[in-house]
Amino acid sequence: MLIQEIIFYAFSIIMIVAATLVISVRNPVYSVLYLILTFFSAAALWILLGAEFLAIILVLVYVGAVMVLFLFVLMMLNVDLSRVNEGFVKNLPLGLLVAAIMLAEILVVLWYKGRTGIEDFPIPEPLSADYSNTAEIGQRLFTQYLWPFELAGIVLLVAIVAAIALTMRKREGVKTQSIPKQVQADKRDRVKLIDMPVEGVEDK
Amino acid sequence: MNWQDLQVAAPEIIVLLMACGLLILDLFVSEQRRGLIHLVSLLILALAAIITLRGIPAIDAVTPVMAFGDTYVRDSMGDLLKVFAYLLMAMMLIYSRHYLRQFDMYRSEYYALALFALLGAMVLISAASMITIYLGLELMSLSLYAMVALKRDDKVATEAAMKYFILGSMASGMLLYGMSMIYGATGSLQIHEISQAIANQGSDNMILLLGLVFTVVALAFKFGLVPFHMWVPDVYQGAPAPVTLFISSVPKLAAFAMTIRLLQDSLGGLHGDWQGMLLMVGVLSIALGNLAALAQSNIKRMLAYSTIAHMGFVMLGLLSGTPEGYGASMFYVITYALMSAGAFGVVIFMSSKGIEADNLDDYKGLNQRNPWFAAMFALLLLSLAGVPVLVGFFAKWLVLQAVVNVGMTWLALVAVIFSVIGAFYYLRVIKLMYFDKADIETPISAPSDFRAVLTGNALLVLVLGIFSGPLIAACMAAF
Amino acid sequence: MDMILEFAWLLIRIVLFTFLPLILLVAYYTYAERRVLGAMQSRIGPNRVGPIGLFQPFADVIKLLLKEIILPANANRFLFFIAPVLAIGPAFAVWAVVPMGEGMVWANLDAGVIYILAVGSIGVYGIILAGWASNSKYALLGAMRAAAQMVSYEIALGFSLVGVLVLAGSLNLSAIVHAQAGGMADWYWLPLLPLFIIFIISGLAETNRAPFDVAEGESEIVAGFHVEYSGATFAVFFLAEYANMILIAALTAIFFFGGWLSPFEGWTFLGDSWLREPSIFWMLGKLAFFMFNFLWFRATFPRYRYDQIMRLGWKVFIPICMVWVLVAAVMVFTGLVVRGA
Repeated sequence: MLIQEIIFYAFSIIMIVAATLVISVRNPVYSVLYLILTFFSAAALWILLGAEFLAIILVLVYVGAVMVLFLFVLMMLNVDLSRVNEGFVKNLPLGLLVAAIMLAEILVVLWYKGRTGIEDFPIPEPLSADYSNTAEIGQRLFTQYLWPFELAGIVLLVAIVAAIALTMRKREGVKTQSIPKQVQADKRDRVKLIDMPVEGVEDK
Repeated sequence: MNWQDLQVAAPEIIVLLMACGLLILDLFVSEQRRGLIHLVSLLILALAAIITLRGIPAIDAVTPVMAFGDTYVRDSMGDLLKVFAYLLMAMMLIYSRHYLRQFDMYRSEYYALALFALLGAMVLISAASMITIYLGLELMSLSLYAMVALKRDDKVATEAAMKYFILGSMASGMLLYGMSMIYGATGSLQIHEISQAIANQGSDNMILLLGLVFTVVALAFKFGLVPFHMWVPDVYQGAPAPVTLFISSVPKLAAFAMTIRLLQDSLGGLHGDWQGMLLMVGVLSIALGNLAALAQSNIKRMLAYSTIAHMGFVMLGLLSGTPEGYGASMFYVITYALMSAGAFGVVIFMSSKGIEADNLDDYKGLNQRNPWFAAMFALLLLSLAGVPVLVGFFAKWLVLQAVVNVGMTWLALVAVIFSVIGAFYYLRVIKLMYFDKADIETPISAPSDFRAVLTGNALLVLVLGIFSGPLIAACMAAF
Repeated sequence: MDMILEFAWLLIRIVLFTFLPLILLVAYYTYAERRVLGAMQSRIGPNRVGPIGLFQPFADVIKLLLKEIILPANANRFLFFIAPVLAIGPAFAVWAVVPMGEGMVWANLDAGVIYILAVGSIGVYGIILAGWASNSKYALLGAMRAAAQMVSYEIALGFSLVGVLVLAGSLNLSAIVHAQAGGMADWYWLPLLPLFIIFIISGLAETNRAPFDVAEGESEIVAGFHVEYSGATFAVFFLAEYANMILIAALTAIFFFGGWLSPFEGWTFLGDSWLREPSIFWMLGKLAFFMFNFLWFRATFPRYRYDQIMRLGWKVFIPICMVWVLVAAVMVFTGLVVRGA
């Protein structure tokens, strides 16, 4: 049990520190890298909970694909942070005031109710040795959660349709290569072999 | 999943399949024959309406039917809202064809995105689980963001889409945050199980209460209620007029259903807590919406502030917490959507040759240019203002009655005072139309289907006002 | 205390059975590459150090380690040095779930296939950061090319595995091998022939190897993302690239060629011969074959143009994969192929 606690606290601390750094470092590339570290720590915590499938998917989707594109765009755009941060100091007092009021409100609510309700739930039983998170998620996804699962697919479809509708346009006068034409090119159309005598070499 | 699940969810499944089919059909339709896409879209709506009205063959009871592992529910409230959503969407499509042609936006993506937005609204209306609520909301919002941005060479539209997207995503984040807290407190995502858990363990749970706060904030964002209303005027003004029409109609029905599912069906046990929250946003919305609308010179912005005020009225009915109040709110939201669709229909009607007639001055002397539609617009505006005999009056009346019945007479008084103030800006437009001289004297024309639907829309406001009984009864029967 | 000892022992075993063999294999793979390319181009290749040049890899390693590591001006020091580590780490970590024989695997993970895709996709950070941190135009161009290419081909690579999953009914690599039992005709290369070809080609693109080596593109952008790296840091990138090639070869063998199963399993007339038994030697033989393929392709095909690479990945491979996944599902549904596990 001890080692589990060590791992839990280690990754939790890394995660919180990294998440704080995401919003506080000046260089946006470092921000993205800290975000990746945050995702990794979250994945580690999930593995600790026995949800290895979710953890690996988190790494695959967010670290492996989404954040790569983030980095890609950042490196291409060369964001000037000094302009983004303009007015930060000026608006800071107002922001802090609003945040303080919100915090006070939340604390009042918590103090007024004062019960977390966690005692209503029994401590979860440890997972059995042959528990397979991957198989369990597969089963649930295609039976109990079929409707939400399909809906999530439609949301992605809409994202594709929207992205294409917003970006694809045919501009006049742009020269592009026609791949089918290139593929259909034949050597007989392009290359002509001509018999000609070679200079300086005598016929045998 | 079994055969019955598919039957229960048939309207959604039909809309989904046909929308996907529409995307494929587009590949084979030349630009000159886009009208086919338009017709097919209307056909889809008609088909969905027939299936929805026919009910579920195997089950003839009107009680809620659950499907897909209790993540989907079909009940009379949902069916009624869906039928009106089809109707509003059909009107929107007919209005928009004229506009899309003139603004060079006549592409089938518009239709596909609109159908997906409708699907999102339907899913949201029929959601019985937190996950379905969230996914339906995202499906609807994502399509709407794209539709607002569809006029992509227009700076104002792009900016509006950006604002809508960022604030909408924030609201979705809030909703998810609230949902996760509610899940943490009750141990379930299913709406009826949440309500069961609250009944069992009591409502004095602080996590639950925090979750409720986040949920109400997200709902207020989606409705566009004060103080979460900042996106409404900008988006209404920046979006193409038919999209503004759409945003002000179908999503409001869905947002109403979402509120019922979240606040009444699952968190009904916390009524005492959320009543105060809705009271705050409702009163603020009525006050600020009506006052700010007075200062507008852009008709789309003016109608946006009027939406805020009207949604405040919807909150009044909801906060009463009685079936009567819910029914009144539902009647209000349906009739508001119809009136708003008509009003934006006139805005589309006035727009021509790539210029939107969104300044109040553009409506000067409309009576001289087209007396019939000046009269129709006047009818719609009077109904929005809540003049008796028209449907807008009965909507306000029912809501106020529900509030008075739970002993909040002062609230009804405040609402009435502000709507009297609000009547001024509607009447100002009527004054412009009838008593001012037109700057441009050219008559306005539109295709015959457009004129027919707009006339029908405006007369519906009158007819529903005079014969309001059946719709009110249907709304009341839903709870 | 016991736990620490156990942990140390595990570490030693990993080093002995995976790290050292892998590094040795990489070393001799580079030697083999130069000899094979030489033979294909009618040259001799390295033959001076040791008998027929066999000590050449060690000479190279010593040379690289002794050379100076140069940090370019205005380069981001931390990221510049962490990039090679990020490239080599995943290249080794993936081997945790790759079985070489029956039970010869460190972690018999149920989500093995996804683990490979996930960890494999992290390798791209090494390349991206190397390109960016170098503060060099060529390096940045190479990194951008590599990143776009790897992210695109990951989709085709992952999709071609979906077909395998449909037939095998498991994400566990050992289970996938077991599902192919029966002989050469039962291996998945036959029912999934298009996916098998796509997997091999996408594997080439994932590892940035010829003919998809535009990320290095020595004739256009010098050496791409690692143009500013020298000495040991360069060696690490080199190691990562070759380790990844070996990995793709091993995965091809496991997913489509029955892993450690014998090709003659169904030939009953051979009797109880070892030829019919599954063993690690079959695995190593298949591995060698697919590793040789990498070299063969490099000697045969001219480099793709960048836009053609993108078109091939998105517009050709992904649609074919989607269709064939459906075909695979029909095969299972009709009983043409018996689903495993």
